[in-house]
Amino acid sequence: MIQTDILIIGAGPCGLFTVFEAGLLKLRCHLIDALPQPGGQCAEIYPKKPIYDIPAYPSILAGQLVDRLMEQAEPFKPGFTLGERAEQIEKDDEDQFIVTTNRGTQHRAPIIAIAGGLGCFEPRKPPVPQLADFEDKGVEYIIKDPEFYRDKKVVISGGGDSALDWTIFLAEGVASEVTLVHRRREFRGHLDSVQKVMDLADAGRVKLVTDAEVIGVDGDGQLASVEIKTKADGNHTIKTDHWVPLFGLSPKLGPIADWNLNITKNAVEVDTFDYSTSVPGVYAIGDINTYPGKLKLILCGFHEATLMVQSAFKRIYPDKNLVLKYTTVNGVNGFEG
Amino acid sequence: MDNTIRVSVTDREGQVHELDAPTDMGMNMMELCKSAELPVEGTCGGMAMCASCHIYVESDHDLPEKSDDEEDMLDEAFFVEDNSRLGCQLHLTNELDGLKVKLAPVGN
Repeated sequence: MIQTDILIIGAGPCGLFTVFEAGLLKLRCHLIDALPQPGGQCAEIYPKKPIYDIPAYPSILAGQLVDRLMEQAEPFKPGFTLGERAEQIEKDDEDQFIVTTNRGTQHRAPIIAIAGGLGCFEPRKPPVPQLADFEDKGVEYIIKDPEFYRDKKVVISGGGDSALDWTIFLAEGVASEVTLVHRRREFRGHLDSVQKVMDLADAGRVKLVTDAEVIGVDGDGQLASVEIKTKADGNHTIKTDHWVPLFGLSPKLGPIADWNLNITKNAVEVDTFDYSTSVPGVYAIGDINTYPGKLKLILCGFHEATLMVQSAFKRIYPDKNLVLKYTTVNGVNGFEG
Repeated sequence: MDNTIRVSVTDREGQVHELDAPTDMGMNMMELCKSAELPVEGTCGGMAMCASCHIYVESDHDLPEKSDDEEDMLDEAFFVEDNSRLGCQLHLTNELDGLKVKLAPVGN
């Protein structure tokens, strides 16, 4: 069981800055994020995009912003549970929350700060009828272990780097047959990957089906075939053991929708006094919250984080007086280890 | 009226919304739909990085060509047709008066 003072759900910019502000009040933080790296959208969707409205940075790349926030949080030694989704919340008899992830990791804290942004990033699932019936029965959205596909027939869909890279990998001596289906002829991946796939197609090791999409799945309990619609010559059914649709990630509010919080339009309602939710001890900051006048801006999230930790402190230490201390006077005194 | 155009948006239930759109505010179709509280996500905020503002253009306006970014993102969308666009990449200009669009269906 991981014990901390503030358990932050979401390791995006807002969650990371919370570590710093909490640290100034000598509160420790631990972050959970469904993505394998910290930074949230900034790291996952647009790391190379400049942001122009961070005070004192006329321009900063989203990825750089994450790096600097990590640096700023570092003295306060945050803990991370990455690549896991916060799934369940309950309370123990000492008024502490227990949050369990989808992999069973347990965390305990008196305060929960939901900084979940748009929610958890999950693979985009194509709108194919009966798709759910074949999930993990031949349909996988993520390739975890390529050995799983040894000597199997595999159909991959998508036009980005992951589709290209796995096509190449599986075609070079792993799968018995690889088909790549893509909606147009151009691919958006790295040029050398595109070239490699073309070469493998010419050599007959990859079956390339472009201007096409998979529109159906079939099988008796286990995937046996997919139906492909092509622009040029109608529909084909091809036999396959696996279909791996690789259409990127999209955010879903996910399990926190079931945490008994007041939710309006996929956002958690908060009181702007301290960004507390309807559940005492649970706060929501950044893009995931909503209140009259809400703006989804990183800089607003920073402000929310700062006010929120003050309230969290008073909840943890109701008898202590809190005096605002300026970093210019006191510096930043981190934690040891 | 100067600097205002009329755009019609058909939602996923088939209902048509006639929207007045300013052309001097630097707005795009995704933002216009959101400001009218139509169910358009616009997750990435308009950077052509999420495909959650996928629409079909149903009038024959002369539209700016799709950028590579827009084409690339449409690869991650579903129900893509020849008239598919990302709303966030259609900037509202006076030339688009009378534009007719339809919201694309959303996947799971």
